[in-house]
Amino acid sequence: MEENKPTTEETPTVLFVNKEKEPLFSKKNRKLLSDPMDDNNPITVQVLGICSALAITVQLKPAVVMSISVMAVMAASNVIISLLRNLIPNRIRIIVQLVVVASMVILVDQVLRAFAYDVSKELSIFIGLIITNCIVMGRLEAFALGNGVWKSFLDGIGNAAGYGFILILVAFFRELFGSGKLFGYQVIPDALYEMGYVNNGLMLLSPMALITVGLIIWVQRYRNRTLIEKN
Amino acid sequence: MEAYLNLFVKSIFIENMIFAYFLGMCSYLAVSKTVKTAVGLGLAVIFVLAITVPINFLLDTYLLRPGALAWLNSSYAELDLSFLSFIMFIAVIASMVQLVEMIVEKFAPALYGALGIFLPLIAVNCAILGGSLFMQQKDFSGVAESAVYGFGSGIGWLLAILAIAAIREKITYSNVPAPLRGLGITFIITGLMALGFMSFMGIKL
Repeated sequence: MEENKPTTEETPTVLFVNKEKEPLFSKKNRKLLSDPMDDNNPITVQVLGICSALAITVQLKPAVVMSISVMAVMAASNVIISLLRNLIPNRIRIIVQLVVVASMVILVDQVLRAFAYDVSKELSIFIGLIITNCIVMGRLEAFALGNGVWKSFLDGIGNAAGYGFILILVAFFRELFGSGKLFGYQVIPDALYEMGYVNNGLMLLSPMALITVGLIIWVQRYRNRTLIEKN
Repeated sequence: MEAYLNLFVKSIFIENMIFAYFLGMCSYLAVSKTVKTAVGLGLAVIFVLAITVPINFLLDTYLLRPGALAWLNSSYAELDLSFLSFIMFIAVIASMVQLVEMIVEKFAPALYGALGIFLPLIAVNCAILGGSLFMQQKDFSGVAESAVYGFGSGIGWLLAILAIAAIREKITYSNVPAPLRGLGITFIITGLMALGFMSFMGIKL
């Protein structure tokens, strides 16, 4: 598995920053967007950002709002750190990164409070926990510190999309089987309940989130054999 | 003394950071391939938790809490700085982690290489910030209690990562379906262990 040292895997792109014209959506840049969706998914391959994936996937709505917030924070902080990357002394980089991320999170929190108060109320703690979501810091460390602004922006968007994809998938299964609803609307017909169908209360407990993610990894690696680990 | 002992046992087993709250999962999953690195990271987490929780307790009591500034001047008594607690806590944690990183790099370069990106990531290990935030909720009466709590939570975290690392070392000898090997089976085992640990929740100390 490579997730222990993503830095080594990305170093070639650092050497490749050519100052000559490169189209905005060149093949390499498109790959930055599409890679995290499958081959290099932050949750199932890089193992980053698991905590929130477990905590907020009981229902779909918070999962969707969370994905959008993470996308905003990641894109903005990736761009800022990438702009500052030559000014930050190596020894204090963690503190600088955390301050940038924390300010972005405070901004997102304020925006949510202003325009979507009820959702923000529902998510309150978890928006704050984006600061400690390792996916943001992980990409800052592994990518934004060594790459240009536009590339870092794409990397942020791509990784947040890959993260949101898994989040929404897990939330879909947990809400469907746990409470028979999607986005809070009942989708399993009453007739089925009358025939004796019962919601699986276990799906609402956190251990089942772990097992659902485990099963998603199983399916993904079955389809994509290159990701299979040796041991 | 008994109260401290109760708190210690409670923070290790009943309120286990990983199995009860799922905090700090990222490094837990990624660094649990061998027992040796797992112990290294576990010790680093214990160290950082045991130091940051009491420091943040002092910050909370004398700076952040509503009315905490009354010891400076009675006119500050109405001030409430608790909205700053996130950024204060994370600043303390980040500086401690930077310190630990320097110490490990100097005295144990092999461990430093093995931990890789996950050593700086202790700063964003939710278990560390979670420890401080739970401390803020629990209204401890003194520094000693918060130190015992931080130390106990760290030991609980070490216990969990040690257990999964040992299981993962043994499971290499089993015939796991190929796509499930490594990360997938670890998720499922952790889920089963968490189901087991839910039985501790009924204990009242």
